[in-house]
Amino acid sequence: MKSHRAHVMLCAGTGCVSNGSFEVKAALEKELAERDLQDEIAVVMTGCNGFCAQGPVMVVQPGEVFYQLLGTKDIPHLVEEHFLKGRPVERLMYRPPVDKIPVPRMSDIGFFKKQRLIALRNRGLIDPEKIDEYIARGGYQGLSKALTEMTPESIVEEVTKSGLRGRGGAGFPTGRKWASAAKHASDEKYIICNADEGDPGAFMDRSIIEGDPHAVIEGMTIAGRAVGAHAGWVYIRTEYPIAMERLNLAISQARDYGLLGADILGSGFDFDIHVFRGAGAFVCGESSALRASIQGDPPEPSAKHIHATERGLFQKPTVLNNVETLANVPEIILRGGEWFAGIGTEGSKGTKVFALVGNVNNTGLVEVPMGTTLREIIFDIGGGMEKGKEFKAVQTGGPSGGCIPASLLDLPVDFDRLTEVGSMMGSGGMIVMDEDTCMVDVARYFLDFLRDESCGKCTACREGVDAMYQIVSRICNGHGCEGDIELLEDLGETIKDTALCGLGTSAPNPVLSTIAYFRQEYETHISERRCPAGVCKALITYSIDAEKCNGCTLCAKNCPENAISGDKKEVHTIDQSKCIKCGICRDVCRREAVLVQ
Amino acid sequence: MPKLRKEDLEQIAQRMKKAMSLREGAGRAKITVHMGTCGISAGARKIVSAVMHCLEESGAQDVIVTTSGCAGLCSREPMMTVELSGQAPVKYVDLDEAKVKRVFDEHVIGGVIVAEFALARGSEQTL
Repeated sequence: MKSHRAHVMLCAGTGCVSNGSFEVKAALEKELAERDLQDEIAVVMTGCNGFCAQGPVMVVQPGEVFYQLLGTKDIPHLVEEHFLKGRPVERLMYRPPVDKIPVPRMSDIGFFKKQRLIALRNRGLIDPEKIDEYIARGGYQGLSKALTEMTPESIVEEVTKSGLRGRGGAGFPTGRKWASAAKHASDEKYIICNADEGDPGAFMDRSIIEGDPHAVIEGMTIAGRAVGAHAGWVYIRTEYPIAMERLNLAISQARDYGLLGADILGSGFDFDIHVFRGAGAFVCGESSALRASIQGDPPEPSAKHIHATERGLFQKPTVLNNVETLANVPEIILRGGEWFAGIGTEGSKGTKVFALVGNVNNTGLVEVPMGTTLREIIFDIGGGMEKGKEFKAVQTGGPSGGCIPASLLDLPVDFDRLTEVGSMMGSGGMIVMDEDTCMVDVARYFLDFLRDESCGKCTACREGVDAMYQIVSRICNGHGCEGDIELLEDLGETIKDTALCGLGTSAPNPVLSTIAYFRQEYETHISERRCPAGVCKALITYSIDAEKCNGCTLCAKNCPENAISGDKKEVHTIDQSKCIKCGICRDVCRREAVLVQ
Repeated sequence: MPKLRKEDLEQIAQRMKKAMSLREGAGRAKITVHMGTCGISAGARKIVSAVMHCLEESGAQDVIVTTSGCAGLCSREPMMTVELSGQAPVKYVDLDEAKVKRVFDEHVIGGVIVAEFALARGSEQTL
């Protein structure tokens, strides 16, 4: 391999790509060539770096210099200063929201400092399209150990000892699942990797596959060896084109090296992986619906009297694990179950990847040890609330999860603690909401998503979720009645008890948790016909504060309905009959003269 | 493509070690070529190329090469600083390609300072 004196690790995760990282790459290569530096400086495209809020981002190694928000116009200056003259460019560095002093080194940035990477261990350090780079970072060593030094039983034992629990939602102990599948004798068994990540705002699994596809392949192959399976499927949604492309490439590279196929590493063990493209239905993330989809049946959940580990895909014993779960497996095998069990809390071992989104400064992908508090994740890593607003709630666990209020910010995040407070870990979505968020409207948003995605097989979910949506919509539209809150609680509990699959039983969570922690807000909507956060359009009016308005005409110019009138330097007024409550006037006003009530 | 055996994984890792240690920022030695305007006009680009050439020739896996701005002694450019981990940095002055080769072989690889090209040991005190 040619030696370079520096590697530019440029993020090619989906977030940065959509912000133009390939254009930045082209500009970099052109500029490096112009200055005859192409043999000294290598440009490496990596998977998601995690700090998506600041994309496109790059890290220059050695030296770990972190650059953000790059555009093609920044490149000539950057190349001349940093790569030719060795002077890192402060203008392109990260500046924390408070003291604004540029931070050159990646590991000194709050967002990265508190993270611990196991599932994302190769993040930003390898080119996901090169198998040799994965191997150079210890890749396939876990598989090698599992195949040459361990028995299937001892692999299962190691995973059991690690305390690893499923990262896809339910948190079922992985070791127990494997042991069950291993015990059932069959001519064929299957491993399925669930990459049908459907929660709004979640991109953990997507980023793992995009950034380190071999980790998933290695994890699946180890699982195959442990339970005696020789075939695996990755069920991935078509909406993830970059992930799918890199996964397919990784599978073909692994086959070329004999790390998939017959007689892997000369051990006599055969295993191969197929990629199955899902069409992006939320229900297909549910294990039995996912299996039905692969079999060519309508993707509907079925009752689970018999475990999939006994009769699953094509009626054969099947292990279905989530992407992140499988990405943890090679490290567990390599370093031992005890090492993994030493990280995290009593009931939840290891780390968890979260997609941190919403009204927080540092949106992105974070991996922290289980037991890290919500406050640490949102304020230390996430850099606090956007625009200095007040924190109101954090929604965890996707549409099946719940909203957690500010009083519980010091909650250590693990499977059991989140369930105790009426939410759940889910697959790791974390949506941060500020004071301007209406919790009734949030509940309505998730119900709308769920009624749309309900497969319709069981009445409880099909009719019940829709009924809840109608009631919550009514409340948002100013037609809520006395008794609606109780009716929602009653409906919610009934759906929890009677729906067929996990998606149905958890569907009422967003409503029940917002009622539990923000009941007052529902009551204000119903009895006072008022939306305290100023979100629900039917319940708010916009008006102009005569004291503050200086007649700049900015609001009138921007109003799409021409509902604002007033002469220059005179107080303006809003014609309520024309106002569509879009809020543009409030956004453009520089004097905070537009009021919402 | 021949199928891999257990030992082959280790070999690939060895082959890739140089690139990987660069990314992990781990190096036994660090060579900084001073590339201010003065350095560049005195031929510092050639010095970088010479260093890279020595590096390639030696096959050394743990040497980091970087550039930095003017070292403040423009009349003695091209200059470079060699820093072995755990030791004080040494500044070399008035370099050319042949001198680079000797510094690389004797100091970076051999660990013995080439006193005749060296300006001083250590750096200015900062702050």
